[in-house]
Amino acid sequence: MNQLWEAVLWCLDPAHWTGPSGIAARSLEHLGYTLLAVVIAAAIAVPIGWWVGHTGRGRGAAVALSGAARALPTLGVLTLTALLLGIGLAGPMTAFVILAVPSILAAAYAGFEAVDRRVIDAARAQGYTGAQVLWQIEVPLGLPVLVGGLRSAALQVVATATLAAYVGAGGLGRYLFLGLKTQDYAMMLGSSLLVVVLALVLDGVFALAGRAAVPRGVTVARRGVNA
Amino acid sequence: MNWVLDNLPLIADRTWAHLATSLPAILAALVISVPLGWLAHRYRILNGPVLTGAGLMYAIPSLPLFIVLPVLIGTGVRDVVNVVVALTLYGVALLVRSVADGLDGVPPEARGAAVALGYPPLRRFLTVDLPLAGPVILSGLRVVAVSTVSLCTVGAVLGIPSLGLLFTDGFQRGILAEILTGIVLTVVLALALDRLLVVLGRLAMPWTRAEAGA
Amino acid sequence: MKNPTRRSALALAAVAALALTGCGSSDPLGGQDTASGSSSATGGTGGSGDALVIGSQQYYSNEIIAELYAQALEAEGYTVERDYQIGQREVYLPEVESGAIDVMPEYGGNLLQYYDAEATATSPEDIQAALTEVLPQGLRPLEPAEATDQDSYNVTRAFAEKHSLTSLADLKNVDEPLKVAANSEFETRPYGPAGLKEAYGVDVTVVPVEDSGGPLTVKALVDGDVQLADIYSADPSIAAEDLVTLEDPENLILPQNVTPIASEAVDEEAAAIIEKVNAKLTPEALIGLNRESVEKEASSEDIAQAWLAGQGLS
Repeated sequence: MNQLWEAVLWCLDPAHWTGPSGIAARSLEHLGYTLLAVVIAAAIAVPIGWWVGHTGRGRGAAVALSGAARALPTLGVLTLTALLLGIGLAGPMTAFVILAVPSILAAAYAGFEAVDRRVIDAARAQGYTGAQVLWQIEVPLGLPVLVGGLRSAALQVVATATLAAYVGAGGLGRYLFLGLKTQDYAMMLGSSLLVVVLALVLDGVFALAGRAAVPRGVTVARRGVNA
Repeated sequence: MNWVLDNLPLIADRTWAHLATSLPAILAALVISVPLGWLAHRYRILNGPVLTGAGLMYAIPSLPLFIVLPVLIGTGVRDVVNVVVALTLYGVALLVRSVADGLDGVPPEARGAAVALGYPPLRRFLTVDLPLAGPVILSGLRVVAVSTVSLCTVGAVLGIPSLGLLFTDGFQRGILAEILTGIVLTVVLALALDRLLVVLGRLAMPWTRAEAGA
Repeated sequence: MKNPTRRSALALAAVAALALTGCGSSDPLGGQDTASGSSSATGGTGGSGDALVIGSQQYYSNEIIAELYAQALEAEGYTVERDYQIGQREVYLPEVESGAIDVMPEYGGNLLQYYDAEATATSPEDIQAALTEVLPQGLRPLEPAEATDQDSYNVTRAFAEKHSLTSLADLKNVDEPLKVAANSEFETRPYGPAGLKEAYGVDVTVVPVEDSGGPLTVKALVDGDVQLADIYSADPSIAAEDLVTLEDPENLILPQNVTPIASEAVDEEAAAIIEKVNAKLTPEALIGLNRESVEKEASSEDIAQAWLAGQGLS
């Protein structure tokens, strides 16, 4: 517990916060890596997930692919891509995107699958085209599940982004490795605490976004059904 | 792929160490998650804290956890137990939700019928609730197995043997084949374990087996 | 989530998550004892029986040296247990001190600074003498090899020519910001940025790359992402990439002669065998061994076997 306290003190020391390698800058970097990875992963996974969910085709492949991606060891991908691409962000970013894709992909098609078939049938009966079904029904109704997927992807990346420092990038991992290599437990634990705090903040933001993502009518209707 | 052929014994060693670390963790996660998940399912007041706590566990980066654990549980820095315990914690974090969800999904009619038949609580739990929640728990366990096998490699940064040592060593020596071997074997191990769980699930799940086992 | 009390639950959970690491741990431990028993035996907790336990750092070159000692000892009938790829100094030295590891290839200067940050010795002889003083009870340094593997500041040939650099002192004249790629601990080492500033009046910032001066560090230098790289002097890439190692007239960096440290379990005869290997280990020999590893991708076992046979030591 003593070491935990020292770690907290390390975090609170104002001298550690300023400058280009201060906690503030490193936290922003860390957050930036996380968001960038999630955005890139979403750009890849959401269209594929929606396509799978909308057409019902390729589901088996999507499941197998995200299973395999989940099994990919981040440290391995990171060292491999870094050796190929050099220091900097490209290597770690590749690894983080691979880490984030499975959750988002699964959430994208699971969100569509959760839509009541009767709603879609009703829409078709009213003459909705495929595109209208997609954009006006499946996408909005699947959104809360998708936000949930983005949320778990972001949490995974924020915890793993510490590894970026292993191959010469920044983020809070810089403190972690420096503390590790020099047996500075306060620095190492302190930076871990900061990562946890960052994750908490992200989690909170996504929780709010998740609530906002539920279409108004749906909330009422669900309550009506449940009541 | 010359590197692979020249280093088969080393690769076998690392694979074995990898299994010896990840399998106990997966098993322990299952054993711990069932009672914890039951608590979260049974007592609403525990539901929030247990599930959120479990979710947050995932926000703790694995590397510091591997390092902090020896301080907390009094093992050596390089003791494989640290990694096993840390992986177990991550496994529990994932699985506890599956157990709670699975139990939440048991149809009240089934439970009611068991109560009406005079099943005592433990027997009802083991022979009715748990088997009916089984498929959901199994799918959680599969995710745990895959992510545990994958996460296990991070211990290599501290010199704890696993396939991850192929990454750190290959990284230092610039041998892409070594890193690639580590990645492929990790994925193969994870997916093989996943298939094994599916097969085991099929064997164990038809609810009659649980009945006989009780 | 629709739960309105979620935010307070989150705050609680943050505490709970931390507590969980503390209290959740006893259960899995109890269940794991038997399962992990066999593997933790190789984790260096018990230096068993008559076998000599030889350790190595998590550094391929160090593993090769350890393997040289191991095979030389085996050739003379000793039983040897190998415990390679153990993190860095802060991790393995406690195990050496506890007697779990009997022989550990070390590097004179850094080892001395680990035990005595204020050490003033700069020559290999003085370092060896000082080591004998500072090593804990029960440990002794064996005769060092001529081979050294020390941190060194390197630049590309083009960069050296552009700014006419031969020594660290010349860096003062470079008018662009200097970044040095190195392991992160370099930041706090006596020969790191602070030492460089003090001895040569040069400012550098560290870009940490955790491959111990390996291929990624070299790539960063060659790609121009950094201007300087901390590369160990026995690394074959210095020659392969035609890098220029900057001279160190102020002796900022201590010589790192390969120096095995031995426990009391290592008798005179075993020590003599190790020292016989060391006597043949020249700087060129060490670079050659490392080259076998990174260029031919040979295993430490094969490299050691071939070299010992070539030296008539097996």
